[in-house]
Amino acid sequence: MSRSINVSLIGNPNTGKTSLFNRLTGLNQKVGNYPGITVEKKEGVCKLDRGLKAHILDLPGTYSLNTSSLDESVVVETLLNRNSRDFPDVAVVVSDIENIKRNLLLFTQIKDLEIPTILAINMADRMQRKAITLDIELMEAELNTKVVLVSARKNQGINDLKDAITQYKTLNTQPCVNASVIDPEYFARLKKAYPHQLLYKLWLVITQDVNFGKVERDRDYEKLKTSSFDIKSEEDLKRLQHKETVVRYQFINGLLKKVLHVDTSHAKDLRSKLDRILLHKVWGYLIFFLILLLIFQAIYDWSSYPMDWIDELFASFSAITAESLPAGPFTSLLAEGIIPGLGGIVIFIPQIAFLFFFIALLEESGYMSRVVFLMDHIMKKFGLSGKSVVPLVSGTACAIPAVMATRNIEDWKERLITILVVPFTTCSARLPVYLIIIALVIPDRDIWWIFNLQGLTLMLLYLLGFGAAIFSAWVLNKILPIKRKSFFVMEMPAYKLPMFKNVGITVVEKTKSFVLGAGKIIMAISIVLWILASYGLGDQFTKAEQIVTEKYASQNLSDKALQQKIASHKLEHSFIGYIGKGIEPAVRPLGYDWKIGIAIVSSFAAREVFVGTLATIYSVENAEEETIKNRMQAETNPILGGPLFNFASGISLLLFYAFAMQCMSTLAIVKRETVSWKWPAIQFAAMTLIAYFAALGAFQILK
Amino acid sequence: MEKTIAHLKRGEIAIIKSFKETDVPLKLLEMGCLPGNLVTMMQSAPFQDPIYLNINGTHLAIRRETACKINVDPYV
Repeated sequence: MSRSINVSLIGNPNTGKTSLFNRLTGLNQKVGNYPGITVEKKEGVCKLDRGLKAHILDLPGTYSLNTSSLDESVVVETLLNRNSRDFPDVAVVVSDIENIKRNLLLFTQIKDLEIPTILAINMADRMQRKAITLDIELMEAELNTKVVLVSARKNQGINDLKDAITQYKTLNTQPCVNASVIDPEYFARLKKAYPHQLLYKLWLVITQDVNFGKVERDRDYEKLKTSSFDIKSEEDLKRLQHKETVVRYQFINGLLKKVLHVDTSHAKDLRSKLDRILLHKVWGYLIFFLILLLIFQAIYDWSSYPMDWIDELFASFSAITAESLPAGPFTSLLAEGIIPGLGGIVIFIPQIAFLFFFIALLEESGYMSRVVFLMDHIMKKFGLSGKSVVPLVSGTACAIPAVMATRNIEDWKERLITILVVPFTTCSARLPVYLIIIALVIPDRDIWWIFNLQGLTLMLLYLLGFGAAIFSAWVLNKILPIKRKSFFVMEMPAYKLPMFKNVGITVVEKTKSFVLGAGKIIMAISIVLWILASYGLGDQFTKAEQIVTEKYASQNLSDKALQQKIASHKLEHSFIGYIGKGIEPAVRPLGYDWKIGIAIVSSFAAREVFVGTLATIYSVENAEEETIKNRMQAETNPILGGPLFNFASGISLLLFYAFAMQCMSTLAIVKRETVSWKWPAIQFAAMTLIAYFAALGAFQILK
Repeated sequence: MEKTIAHLKRGEIAIIKSFKETDVPLKLLEMGCLPGNLVTMMQSAPFQDPIYLNINGTHLAIRRETACKINVDPYV
């Protein structure tokens, strides 16, 4: 019979914890959220010996158990709550060989919780190169635990770690630091009042909120907070936490003096040389800008080939379905609703994969922290910090992970502002809209031989989104009446060659969750749209064929042209036609007809629905196998004449999509992260108004 | 005036002595910024802020306003 145990992977950021997690679990992993909050939860399964299965939880990176952000509080909550489903049978603290001193701080804290704890020292393959020697036996004796040397990168020591996990029952759970020496009298009173509780656990519960806002927890702990023991002022508790840190470091320094030897003469490294260039006041920014340019050009250029291919594939697939299956509502739903809807999802895959690929590459290599460093001073002026840059850059992939990435920002005001402005950055859902409109209204020309005019337009739109985000941050910083306690402490990790496996897993996981998440909405909307477009009321709809035939009887139209007129007439009098006509007065000043109006309204759920909607509307109107782009090109403006998608209406649409908050999923995430409906409501209203007036202004000036 | 981390020149090494105010973030201590430890000024960001330090082997970026609160002794 197979048994299953819980293993928690805990460690400082940048220790290669995720690489180790990937080594242990491979593709047997899934990403979810902790119940009630949106901190990412990575779980995976690892098979051990003797039918034992390890259920491995990759906890967010943290420097200590003293919480100062939501991510960190998740770690503490998991370790404190013995009744939790995730409570570990064994904790694996991942440390990296070059920062072992700092990593041990977290280790001693977890050890004090009397959970069986293994110390896994990662990047052990570098020991020789860095001339580091470590007395493992002595270390195990002093720390009362099992120490394992591993290298996730070189795939070394993984089996030793698995063995150690298998034998978790033999681990000693004695603490290694006596935390109560920081205030013996206080701790003695605490012990007397709660004789059955673990002392260090009580201490953590008491201090949880000192550096960080409210956290949900068991009722028992809630009682503790209100009991007579809350007599220490926040200042006193902070002072004691400082003292605790000093005590722990004294222990660690004493230990490392005995077990660790580093020959510093070998310690000349590449890092400072690279930093000289990458953080240079001119070269640093230039390199950052070039990297961004490369990413955008690549996404626009490279992904266009698979995208065209997917586009045509689905168009012909739809046509084949329509021809080969017997005619009827079901075939029609399949060929005109479901298949184009599906195509509208699949077509994003190349671009999303490219974006996540580049972001993962920058994160993995350690460059992202340099970006934070470079940008902090600039961002500070707008009420943000360098840490807001990562959410804003991630926002170019998708606002949802970007909003979640704000969780390591300690200051609430800074975090709220970042959350509110992130949806301005150009997410990948805007890309299909941008790409198709740019292709229609911007000439495909090279300027100065290297820059493509269409690519440049796309770049401008990205800059516009980023500018809108920064500018609104500045405004929000001025008008939001929230006090801040901002400080900025960030580790600069060593440069690393990105691991193909890690980047690959990130790309696959993120793309999958995006496609499945957005896919459901797009699919549902496609079907609803098809129904609304295929049915209508009254004679105008049901007798469309007769009416149109009579009307054009004298004109001697070809059969094809007549069929098109009938379909068009039908659509105009279907449910969706009435809805579109209803909102037409509102969108006409922006240069749109009622069909675009429908596409805009339905894309309030998710931007990428825009193209899918047009596909549905146009293919209902004309079932011939044309790609959407060609179909859009043929549209004429019913009032002004000329092509419907011209320069003025195109720019107007681009601006509308640049600013409008059209993503239900993001609004839902913002609601969860800010724990109120107020902020997403304000965000939605403000962005929509800005979008409307920007589009209105652009069309009226350019037409 | 006492010398602080903010006064260090590029490449200069000093010993952390004390904190000017009690509200120095706990996180900084946890990263190894403790009295007695060595601090090396690696480099400043463009516009002189934030600054990039090596404290006790950890490479850290902090803002100048925080660096002003940490007194140092010269390292000989």
